[in-house]
Amino acid sequence: MHMADALVSPAVAGTMYVASAIAAGISIKKIHLEENPKKIPLMGVMGAFVFATQMINFTIPGTGSSGHLCGGMLLSALLGPYAGFLTMIGVLLIQCLMFADGGILALGCNVWNMAFYGCFVGSLIIWRFIMKKGASRIKIFAASIAGCMLTLQMGAFSVVVETMCSGVTELPFKTFAMAMQPIHLAIGLVEGLITGCVLMFIYEARPELLWGIGRSDSSKNNGKLTFKVTMAVLAVSTVVIAGGLSLAASSYPDGLEWSIEKLTGSTELEAEGGVYEDTANIQKVTAIFPDYQLKNSDTPAGTSISGIAGGLIVVALCLAGCYILKFVKHQKREHEQY
Amino acid sequence: MNNIEKSITGVYRLDEIAQRDIWINKLSPLAKLITTVAYIATVVSFNKYDFTGLLGMIIYLIVLFVLGDISFKESLVRLRIVLPIVCIVGIINPFMDRGVILTIGGIGISGGVISMITLMMKGVFSVLSSYIFIASTSIEKIGHAFRQLHIPKVIVTMILLIYRYIIVFMKEVLKISQAYSLRAPGQKGINIKSWGPLVGQLILRSYDRADMVYSSMCLRGFNGEFPVSDENCGVKGVLKGILFVLIVGVYLYVFRKYPVFEIVGGMM
Repeated sequence: MHMADALVSPAVAGTMYVASAIAAGISIKKIHLEENPKKIPLMGVMGAFVFATQMINFTIPGTGSSGHLCGGMLLSALLGPYAGFLTMIGVLLIQCLMFADGGILALGCNVWNMAFYGCFVGSLIIWRFIMKKGASRIKIFAASIAGCMLTLQMGAFSVVVETMCSGVTELPFKTFAMAMQPIHLAIGLVEGLITGCVLMFIYEARPELLWGIGRSDSSKNNGKLTFKVTMAVLAVSTVVIAGGLSLAASSYPDGLEWSIEKLTGSTELEAEGGVYEDTANIQKVTAIFPDYQLKNSDTPAGTSISGIAGGLIVVALCLAGCYILKFVKHQKREHEQY
Repeated sequence: MNNIEKSITGVYRLDEIAQRDIWINKLSPLAKLITTVAYIATVVSFNKYDFTGLLGMIIYLIVLFVLGDISFKESLVRLRIVLPIVCIVGIINPFMDRGVILTIGGIGISGGVISMITLMMKGVFSVLSSYIFIASTSIEKIGHAFRQLHIPKVIVTMILLIYRYIIVFMKEVLKISQAYSLRAPGQKGINIKSWGPLVGQLILRSYDRADMVYSSMCLRGFNGEFPVSDENCGVKGVLKGILFVLIVGVYLYVFRKYPVFEIVGGMM
């Protein structure tokens, strides 16, 4: 579910960065590091653990396929939602930098889609609610499955909304959502099963490690947040994101309408008129042959044969220049060595 | 070699190339971070039909790959995750957007095809630029850049710790997987009965390891923050960083605002 940079527009990416940064800021305040400095190495080690464990393939019974752990839910059940969320940020950042799994620009989206829902919704709402009157094997299993399925559904829906708002696909919203939601329901079920099995083992072996199951007073206090406050945080986040994304959406024209308008002969583009006027002026001044464009090659967005030819020339010149520079540097270095 | 082994080799390799004594590695990490983000933002901001405009963004990659002596072949491996996702999203465009917006030799090319190609180009360009950044900047230097941006120390310290322990845990997971596969030959993954105990034991060991890590950190005077520094952050280094940001900034502005390739093509 990691989003690539190509799937988001700068406006959507920026909005999601702000939303994720707000959630991270709240989490840093809530984990009370001054009282528990041991939490930092614990977060680091557990982050590395989740990262590595996600590489294990778990066979799904009755099928030929396999699944992996749901990191957000597992970390929240072990570290609490706030520390779990921060750890997931670290995991997602390293996944994006080291393995190109998700983009740098789309990191805010990925943090929101995978860490926020998994840690805040999955843990603060579902896990807490189910564990309210004490934990049991069945409750842990139920909370893991319900948490993973719901949070994956929310994450997948957010991917659809963010991609649609970025205007990169021609897919209708309904079709895209219908393609994304059912597959993530199945993935959520599998991830929930795996997470549930692991948490049940921890519950039996060392229950004091689990967050919010009412066995340890200190762990209970660490993540204290009333249901009302949680809902208020979620509501405000929803309004902020919905508002931000709708602004992002409205700033982009519909591509199909735009291209049809161009095909029918209208050349006026309200959104990009200034740029094209400037461009035309520069072309008038610099062009040796003012009517240089080949017949039928002039397109609304500047995709033209002369453009491609120009591109090839510039790329070739650039490559040649770089290699000459590199050669000269190499010669100079060799000369210095002798 | 399985996936885990490949990942371990990949991390070692990235560490190795990020430590080379070359100009791009010596540049300020903050300058590289800013230019990488600015570059990706510019790339994704291009209109979906603006093929030639987007093509102009290749110059940045060419210059840094060649002058930075970064292997293009190795960077291509990273596309294996991004390209399928981008293709799935973009493949539908030719069917939904059939209006012809370009004719070459009597063959009409629809807007959907152009938008699909530009989407793929955006995916490839952004991944390659991230690769240039990570291949020329060690994780400690990235941590330094994050601190310069006032990203909280808890996040930076945690990222550095995760990175340090990734290899340790990946090796442990590799051992577990190999031991399991030797005892259960012919199985594609790990059976449902072993899910809990197998990963659960690893969690318990991780907790104990975290305790030991914390004790060692305290013995070495840990005060809540890892000392992240960059040896090239003197006045000269700062000036070089500013110059790099300025050059890339001007390039991005010019190529985003003006159809440079079209102008050059027209002149020819």
